[in-house]
Amino acid sequence: MREAESTNLNVLIVCPGLISKTSCDMEVSVEAKRIMVVALGKLYSSRTQRGGLRLHRSLLLTLVMKSARDMYHEAQTTAESAAPGCKQQQQQQQSKGEVATEPTGVQTELQGPASLATGNPRTLPGEEVVCSPAELRRDAENKENLCPTQHSRKRRGKAAVEPDFLPCKKAKLEQQLIVNSVLLDYVNCSSELGAHPTPMPLQRAIAAC
Amino acid sequence: MEEESDTRKINNSFLRDHNYATEADIISTVEFNSSGELLATGDKGGRVVVFQREQESKSQPQRRGEYNVYSTFQSHEPEFDYLKSLEIEEKINKIKWLPQQNAAYFLLSTNDKTVKLWKISERDKRPEGYNLKDDDGRIRDPSTITSLRVPVLQPMDLMVEATSRRVFSNAHTYHINSISVNSDLQTYISTDDLRVNLWNLEITDRSFNIVDIKPANMEELTEVITSAEFHPQQCHTFAYSSSKGSIRLCDMREAALCDKHCKYFEEPEDPSTRSFFSEIISSISDVKFSHNGRYLMTRDYLTVKVWDLQMENKPLETYQVHDYLRGKLCSLYENDCIFDKFECVWNGSDSVIMTGSYNNFFRMFDRNTKRDVTLEASRENSKPRAILKPRKVCVGGKRRKDEISVDSLDFSKKILHTTWHPHENIIAVAATNNLYIFQDKVN
Repeated sequence: MREAESTNLNVLIVCPGLISKTSCDMEVSVEAKRIMVVALGKLYSSRTQRGGLRLHRSLLLTLVMKSARDMYHEAQTTAESAAPGCKQQQQQQQSKGEVATEPTGVQTELQGPASLATGNPRTLPGEEVVCSPAELRRDAENKENLCPTQHSRKRRGKAAVEPDFLPCKKAKLEQQLIVNSVLLDYVNCSSELGAHPTPMPLQRAIAAC
Repeated sequence: MEEESDTRKINNSFLRDHNYATEADIISTVEFNSSGELLATGDKGGRVVVFQREQESKSQPQRRGEYNVYSTFQSHEPEFDYLKSLEIEEKINKIKWLPQQNAAYFLLSTNDKTVKLWKISERDKRPEGYNLKDDDGRIRDPSTITSLRVPVLQPMDLMVEATSRRVFSNAHTYHINSISVNSDLQTYISTDDLRVNLWNLEITDRSFNIVDIKPANMEELTEVITSAEFHPQQCHTFAYSSSKGSIRLCDMREAALCDKHCKYFEEPEDPSTRSFFSEIISSISDVKFSHNGRYLMTRDYLTVKVWDLQMENKPLETYQVHDYLRGKLCSLYENDCIFDKFECVWNGSDSVIMTGSYNNFFRMFDRNTKRDVTLEASRENSKPRAILKPRKVCVGGKRRKDEISVDSLDFSKKILHTTWHPHENIIAVAATNNLYIFQDKVN
């Protein structure tokens, strides 16, 4: 059992096999995720809209995203409290660097934060959905630097790990950063002496928080 | 070459016959002037079209003052902000008339960044008999001038000209959403997402910022200003609405910067209706004072509310515009309809309020009788002199013959902009690129 190398990040180790969600919670989770994906899509397409970024619309979209995220977390919490065997994992969410009991999920999961701590700009594949815009920005920056093997190392088959949306604290930070950086972009575009928005490297942003 | 022109002919007739609206023709604002004689519309292409009511003639009493085109002009052009690499849309967001003080008409029109004052005047005489040039404007040969004459004004065909008298620019970082003329007829306010600026109609190079809700750190932004309006009688009072569903009433006599409101109107959220989209649907899209200045009306996505200026904790009246959409918010969010900004209007006596909906429906609510009606603005139902038939949306169960089910509603046909004649029961309704003018039935 390996300890997570990252000290900045709290990681929720989720073991799909153990958690049994109620169907209602599942629906909420699925809906919340879809809403967030749509919100991100709209936020990014609004950049190319004629007339520039609309502050009101961007704000409403970020509020919807936060609302969906909060509801998702709520649904997750109720689901987890309903399954007592996983309470242990819930506690791990709070503590730093503790390890899950299930070996299968852990190895690959822990690689994620470890790689981030070492400055390798890859997200946990499970967070693709939420982090893809941030990923896009980083990819734009680091296109030449990424080697293909890293891709294959991080990608896991669906059979291995099921959750495609990990509500860990890191995701929360990233979402906030994505959301806030969009607003910042708007400010930069709109202010009198605005500079063009630059993609924010994720590692630097996390350290700042 | 011949083929090309044939293709063009076919395309043009195809477009015309199938009524494909070009985006530039989409009406973005409508407004009667204070006498109701003129009706102005602004569109996405930056044009303003002004209609004038025909004088009622005794010989044809059944033609009760119809509106005909009076003047058309290009108010705003698309611009490019080179510093920020942003295109500025020419779409007219709002038009507000100034009350008439002489023979000419004045209106303010605004796009996202610039407000302009336009003078619309008639010319029905022209001077003839100049000494140095002839009537076509050509300079006369001085050797042919043998006597002096005084030019005389001769009648000519009526010409309506629109001239730009003032341009109020460079005062807004964010997008202007509303303008409002003060009852003092000397000042007006322009409002963007975060700031309200006060202008003097005569001075274009200076404006005063009277409300600024921009946080020091933009990451802490939680609400934006969605609309602002001056009180109809009190020249020191104005109200502004926010995206959080609240309205603030401010008194300009208290301080130069009106960040502190003197009244704050908000209804606590009903926790039972909480959903993912609660924030979006509670955002106020329009705020209007009643003509008597005692009430405020606000429009959010699903309701219209009337507030008593003396009661801040809850609205006086709440009207459901299209509550059947509450269960469809997710799809309306995906197709962007949930962000639509509907306006609302009072009738002249403040007894009836009106607002738009989807499927080219618009709704009227009688505040006294508590009755409401849904009407449709469509070509099929609007033959001249035809009486509009009330429509009904079927919300569940068995659909009656004349009803329309929620799933059959056309969400691309939305009525966002409506206006009511200040004294009479005449309304103008903008349905995408068409303007409908309805009048009360003549007895």
